[in-house]
Amino acid sequence: MSVFNQSRSRIIRIIFLLAFVVIIVQLFYLQIVDRKYRQLAIDNAVFPKVVYPERGIIYDRKGKAILNNTIIYDLMVTPAEVKGIDTFGFCRLLGIDTAEFNRRILDARLRNTSVRPSVFKGLLTKELQARFEENSWKYPGFNLVERPLRTYPYNAAAHILGYIREADPRDIENSGNFYRQGDYIGKTGLEAYYEKVLMGQRGVQYMIKDNKNRLVGQYENGLYDTAAYAGRGLRTYIDIELQQMAEKLMANKVGGLVAIDPKTGGILAMVSGPNYNPNDLTGPEGSKNYSRMVLDVTGPMLNRAIGGRYEPGSTFKPLGALVALNEGVITPDYGFPCGGRYTLCGHGKPACTHAGGGHAANVRLSIANSCNAYYAHVYRLTVDNPKYGNVKNGYLHWKEYMNIFGLGVRLGLDIPNENPGLIADTSVYNKENANRWTSCTNLTLGIGQDKMLTTPLQMANAMCIIANKGYYYTPHFVEKIDNETEEDTALLNRFRVKHDVLTHIPDTAYNAVIEGMHDVVKFGTARIAQIEGIDVCAKTGTAENYTILDGRKIKLPNNSMFVCFAPKENPKIALAVFVQNAGYGATWAGPISRILMEKYLNDTLTKRSEADLERISGTNLMPAYFKRLQYKEDSIRAFKWFQTTKDSSYIRKYITFNPTGNQPAGPLPVKGIRHFSLLAVLPEQKTLLKTGINLPA
Amino acid sequence: MRQQNPAISKGIDWSLVWIYLILVAIGLTAIFAATYKEGDPVIQSFIGFKTDYSKQFFFFLLAFSIGFFILLTDSKFFAATANLMYAAGILMLLLVFPFHSPIKGTESIIKIGAFNFQPAELCKIFVALALSKYLSRPETDFTKTRSQLIAAGIALLPAGLTILQSETGLALVYLAFFLVMYREGLPSAILIIGFSAAALIVATLLVEKITLALILSGLALLVIYFTRRYWKRKTAFLANIILVWLLCVGVQFFVVPQVFSKVLKLYQVERIYATVGKDVPTEYVKAHEREQTKNSEKKKDIDYNVRQSKIAIGSGGFLGKGLLNATQTRYDFVPEQRTDFIFCTVGEGFGFTGSIILLGLYMLLLFRIITIAERQRSIFSRTYAYGVASVLFFHMFINIAMTIGLAPVIGIPLPFISYGGTSLLTFTIMLFILVRLDADRQMVLR
Repeated sequence: MSVFNQSRSRIIRIIFLLAFVVIIVQLFYLQIVDRKYRQLAIDNAVFPKVVYPERGIIYDRKGKAILNNTIIYDLMVTPAEVKGIDTFGFCRLLGIDTAEFNRRILDARLRNTSVRPSVFKGLLTKELQARFEENSWKYPGFNLVERPLRTYPYNAAAHILGYIREADPRDIENSGNFYRQGDYIGKTGLEAYYEKVLMGQRGVQYMIKDNKNRLVGQYENGLYDTAAYAGRGLRTYIDIELQQMAEKLMANKVGGLVAIDPKTGGILAMVSGPNYNPNDLTGPEGSKNYSRMVLDVTGPMLNRAIGGRYEPGSTFKPLGALVALNEGVITPDYGFPCGGRYTLCGHGKPACTHAGGGHAANVRLSIANSCNAYYAHVYRLTVDNPKYGNVKNGYLHWKEYMNIFGLGVRLGLDIPNENPGLIADTSVYNKENANRWTSCTNLTLGIGQDKMLTTPLQMANAMCIIANKGYYYTPHFVEKIDNETEEDTALLNRFRVKHDVLTHIPDTAYNAVIEGMHDVVKFGTARIAQIEGIDVCAKTGTAENYTILDGRKIKLPNNSMFVCFAPKENPKIALAVFVQNAGYGATWAGPISRILMEKYLNDTLTKRSEADLERISGTNLMPAYFKRLQYKEDSIRAFKWFQTTKDSSYIRKYITFNPTGNQPAGPLPVKGIRHFSLLAVLPEQKTLLKTGINLPA
Repeated sequence: MRQQNPAISKGIDWSLVWIYLILVAIGLTAIFAATYKEGDPVIQSFIGFKTDYSKQFFFFLLAFSIGFFILLTDSKFFAATANLMYAAGILMLLLVFPFHSPIKGTESIIKIGAFNFQPAELCKIFVALALSKYLSRPETDFTKTRSQLIAAGIALLPAGLTILQSETGLALVYLAFFLVMYREGLPSAILIIGFSAAALIVATLLVEKITLALILSGLALLVIYFTRRYWKRKTAFLANIILVWLLCVGVQFFVVPQVFSKVLKLYQVERIYATVGKDVPTEYVKAHEREQTKNSEKKKDIDYNVRQSKIAIGSGGFLGKGLLNATQTRYDFVPEQRTDFIFCTVGEGFGFTGSIILLGLYMLLLFRIITIAERQRSIFSRTYAYGVASVLFFHMFINIAMTIGLAPVIGIPLPFISYGGTSLLTFTIMLFILVRLDADRQMVLR
């Protein structure tokens, strides 16, 4: 019987064999031939975890760390592991209610699934962290994760150091995807300029992850891991005590201040008013403070020391004298008969504080007495120099001098957002005057007005040129970098080049100007800057200024300006101080300069200066119009918010009852839709006033 | 053992038992690798009945003792009770309908205490026995169509019931019995037609409708041209060719689209298309639109399993990554890897070498069973042996082929290896009945 159909047994065996062959061929292809699966498996299961190096530290000239790293903790939650905890106690610990607790858990789940940790509460305060750590055993599923944070032990130098924030999409794109979502990047100041040095070198740790992206262990015991190298430290010229004092002096004032060591171009201190505490931007309140400051019309985030544009006024005069002396249009003995105003252009302007008495009998005297007529004339002599044929050529030549002095151009210091100021081109005058203009058109350029705007940094740098008798180093903060690499040297080299821009001007010319500035301190407007035993050279400046508010041009108090350097022989510090809307140069900027020079040169303050320090730092010189401006800005923003979102919670603060209605004026009605008027919004936006807005109750 | 218990061990084919034990050991290792987590106490969990490998180990002990008892029975018992057991199996399948437990995606499981019991698995044994019984009857003349239809009915009745329990994969296994029937005299034509139909369906998936119709017509014309001398004498032959051509075109043009859009569920269509590496044509997606909105969740990533499975196996390379370094299988990237996708663990952990060894063991097992079948004197034993071989072969081939992307994903376990009590029990019983029957191969069973 069994032989029946036995041949079919062979066929069945062949079928089995074929099936095995098919499987083996496919296995051979998958496991031996096609290599892509190995990579795919690695992509699947290996997660390159970036190890962030510690960011570099920034030191002052004496080696004190003015910026440091600390660690703060994020409270993380893994919702799936939260089981049977005392929710009520936990909420009390954190100071939230149970509804908020549930909302956050749900949020974490939605954002990051319930098996992966997400932030439950970011940046815990020290107190909360301690409280949680004590009780952490009671709360499975919750744990603390380290987050490195910048800290500023001196609470100073915010504008210099800048800040770091999470890289935004544009940073990520610009870096060619080097930065990733969540990475920190230097946004302004030294943090931005020296980003490459400070950030160090990232390491990678290869971790095994499971199908839900949980990290479960090291891949190949760390065979392929790379180490992270900490960022390198920056050694700066900043004198942190000087910086702190300068910030104290500029408190509640608008303006800028720069102190430079003329010998090296190293910036000793730089303050912008109003200022902020750099620690405000880090830590638990960081983002709240950030948005508040961004919306503040006084601009605490703006670095006015390099970004504020001011007419230099009389502080410009020493530069005007030097140009004329070098051009040979005057000699140090050149005198000008000033009778109280400049009459040669027919309109009797500018006026002068002095009249006669030979107050402008030579360069030295003209500076000491700050004669406006003298410098208007000197400017005219310079641009009308017959050598250049016509005023336009003469002006271009003069402009070139200005640029050599660093005015109207960016000096290129090592923090970003520098403003070039303004020295107008001839085309501007051509356009405004239908191509017909003379040196009389812009003669106030000679006394630092008209279309001339400078930054405090530029004026401090100009003082360095005078103090050094012709050369300067590009102002900068960083002297050297720890473990300096070739790349770093290339970065710093441009600050180590001596710019011999005006050394060809004879010493006699410099001496005339320097002696004049010394006289200003001895007998002139800057007597307030006298320091026992030190020859200070200075020049005060006072500039009128106006603003347009609510459609009207209003006159604001004068800007108080002061430029100086000391000691006269062998200068060690050059300063430019600009205080907006404060009054005469000698009233505020002068004493500020003296205190700082004393501090830097003597390391102590006299009794008088101590008293001045307290008086000045305690004085609020914030212009009153900022309040009105802030109100306007806020109300406009609130209105726009209302227009786009129909959310009336912000606009309510700025509206009042329409008095044309029958209702008596009083608190806002609770029900119904009423007409309200936006009295607060600008007169120039009258349409808003007329229409009124409908507010849902 | 041989010396101590000569009565039982006499005539037992020990090679089968050894291969069985090795496969079960490989299976336990693979399940261990797939479920072990860093730091688990191995010994404790092995006897703790908590982890899957421990459960499987106890299932093995249970199955092996049952196997031992089978060896103690009289082989006449199986032939005598085959029909009764078949009836009991059908009854169990019917009982599933009212009593199945509410497990997602299947209606084929009865819960008895802590155990999930799947009659559809177990029924394979009874079908193998009943089919053997029917074919070995002296009055059965398998050359007759009627007998062939009855035999097919025996195999397909439980298959039909299993389909009704949403276990299409398990139902397909019953097709394996056609191989047995082929061995016992089912006309070759049926097998050839079966394979041709399969080829035609695969071609329908791969080739554009019109193109395929043109190719088929071209083939038909070629056949007509080359056989012109023949059919000039016999016109019926020409008619046959035209009939076959019409049938093929009809199938690819109308039947397949009808089945895909009306009979099959969308996920099944998607799995089939995923196997050939193509997207589901829009006409079928549209036809299932209603269903789709109902379970849109299922839709998300149809070929995810197979892709992950191929990555796991492919990344094993020549020698494999080692059991506990197999990242894909250890960290749950492959779904269902304890059960239907257990082959991934072997492929990733032991690479090509390990896979070949495992396949070699299966090959050895199957060829040994066929050898054993051919040495039987009784038709019952021979047919049963072929039944065992066919079922094992079908399971093994389809399971491995689906993990390496050669077959659509139908959830059937890998014999002796996959996690699952019923499956291990079923295959063990099947195999040990065979060992028992073979031990008594000198007897003629009816």
